[in-house]
Amino acid sequence: MSENKTILDIRNLDISFKTHAGVVHAIRGVNLDLCKGETVAIVGESGSGKSVTMKAAMGLLDSNASVNSGEILYTYTNDQGVEKTVDLLKMSKKELRQHINGKRIAMVFQDPMTSLDPTMTIGKQIMESMFLHRKLSKDAAKARALELLQLVGITDAEKRFRHYPHQLSGGMRQRVVIAIALSADPDILICDEPTTALDVTIQAKILELIMDIQRKMKLSVIYITHDLGVVAKVADYVNVMYAGKIVEVGNVNEIFFEPKHPYTWGLLSAMPDMDTDDDRLYSIPGSPPNLLHEPKGDAFAARNQFAMTIDEKEEPPMFQVSRTHSAATWLLHPDAPKVEMPKELEARLARARKEVEKYL
Amino acid sequence: MTEPLLKVENLMQHFPVSRSYTVKAVNGVSFSIYPGETYGLVGESGSGKTTVGRSVIRLYQPTAGIITFEGRTISGKLDRETRELLRRDMQMIFQDPMASLNPRKKVADIIGEGLDIHKMVPSKTERAALIGHMLQKVGLSPEHAARYPHQFSGGQRQRVGIARALIMNPKLIIADECISALDVSIQAQVVNLMKDIQDETGCAYLFIAHDLSMVKYISDRIGVLHLGYMVESGSKEEIFSHPIHPYTRSLLSAIPHPNPEIEKRRTALVYDYATSGIDYAKGTDHLIDGTHHVLATPEELKRWL
Repeated sequence: MSENKTILDIRNLDISFKTHAGVVHAIRGVNLDLCKGETVAIVGESGSGKSVTMKAAMGLLDSNASVNSGEILYTYTNDQGVEKTVDLLKMSKKELRQHINGKRIAMVFQDPMTSLDPTMTIGKQIMESMFLHRKLSKDAAKARALELLQLVGITDAEKRFRHYPHQLSGGMRQRVVIAIALSADPDILICDEPTTALDVTIQAKILELIMDIQRKMKLSVIYITHDLGVVAKVADYVNVMYAGKIVEVGNVNEIFFEPKHPYTWGLLSAMPDMDTDDDRLYSIPGSPPNLLHEPKGDAFAARNQFAMTIDEKEEPPMFQVSRTHSAATWLLHPDAPKVEMPKELEARLARARKEVEKYL
Repeated sequence: MTEPLLKVENLMQHFPVSRSYTVKAVNGVSFSIYPGETYGLVGESGSGKTTVGRSVIRLYQPTAGIITFEGRTISGKLDRETRELLRRDMQMIFQDPMASLNPRKKVADIIGEGLDIHKMVPSKTERAALIGHMLQKVGLSPEHAARYPHQFSGGQRQRVGIARALIMNPKLIIADECISALDVSIQAQVVNLMKDIQDETGCAYLFIAHDLSMVKYISDRIGVLHLGYMVESGSKEEIFSHPIHPYTRSLLSAIPHPNPEIEKRRTALVYDYATSGIDYAKGTDHLIDGTHHVLATPEELKRWL
């Protein structure tokens, strides 16, 4: 996708879950790549499979999950300085925990209260993975932990070091979680809805913090989110996910200014717009399909006002729009009737483009 | 102008934690809501916005201040008649649609509980008909009445919560962060539903949220709360086009812009009460123009304008 080297490459991932109601086919062929130093966002509604994809990479899948096919290739430079590529799905849990999790790929979870241990001081929690992965001495670890606390914008690091999670506010806790994720110098940071549990004002600050750290530490970041505002702020590339599949992928400008998939149109239209006085918000009709009964044809067809007969029969392949941009919708087939995006959205995008010109 | 439906004057809500320490959640908040309008209350967590909602519906005993609802004072001790009126005409929709529905009750009984308590329907068939009608109104089907809350998705559960509030035919609904637990596309559906219901029944909303972009869609007037003080209030246009208080400005600047080119270059304004040198307790209410009020001392106001 870009000149940088690909470090994480997910190919044709397919995962299903056995539940007592039947087999849920949660991930149905996902492809995704992440290049060094870049930010990729995965956008979708709850239940679209965005978290499951990343959990697979971390070896955190629940025991009722089975990986039917696919590979997750991770390229890294090992401790001896040799470049290696491994398939994360083929590694045992033990190997993953020892060599990958925390050390090379770290994760920031949604709820900072449940992802911290309430019985340990935050200093101890930050140092934990330094002892484990980097074999630092106690003094070195403490110095590094204080440094990290300052990096994530916690004042009074020395004092906070001895505090317990309940003594901190929500925004502070999320900063601590980020510090923990960074403690073993990972290559990849996966942020699973990092700001959903936080206020808008703190959300902006946390996102700016992650961006800043990313530049300083040359991290590659994957964001999982349902908020397009977050995506607009942080992402270089965007993957729009629906019902276990990626339906549109492109760089952030292509997704926001020239979206091709009707689902992306819907998502963009549903965002509250501060510049119009419309009385009604656009909403995508219906709700996402239940993957217990796998939909035939295009999974989005039932909610798509532009659906054609073929959408109910056959699943659309990815159609290439530009080098970086492709979308899975039959509307892009050369034989398809010409369908334009809804007028309101077009007006809005035109306004957005004009704003950019004015701004620059 | 017509009489306000709800009038809150100088509301204070303090919670004594220990002999020497009291949490002052709300410190002198005043606002009024007119019939059929939507009042948006915004602020970060810990600003006291939820406490205001809960004091108004009398889940708390207000420390000081006067609350008037439909011409009756509801802030002091409630007599039986006033309490019944309050419990019938004011309803609440809660934030977490799973935690606010009793998991052991069927949807029909959750929605119908208010009817039973206030003996509002004479027969079982009428009760069932009313519940079925209400379910249809919020976009579910009457067959859903026999199901339990866990059989629904988040958005559907929130619709059940709305149906439960609506069935009493309330004059005021307090919606406490009722969409923040939902996905973006579902949020839009629920907000539209709430607007439709307002057009149809003419009820008023007290819409409590931290997400200013949604508040803009639904509210007529907005009050901005911070640390228990109403720092700025006014009509939607006044707040959004001429924010004066630095806290309101920082809130507005934090709204994500759906435009990557701009969003990437922009940083949100930072507002830190501790270092700003502003003391809310010293500020007095200033009328800017129209209905636009700001809490400030005269010097501060001069600086911000």
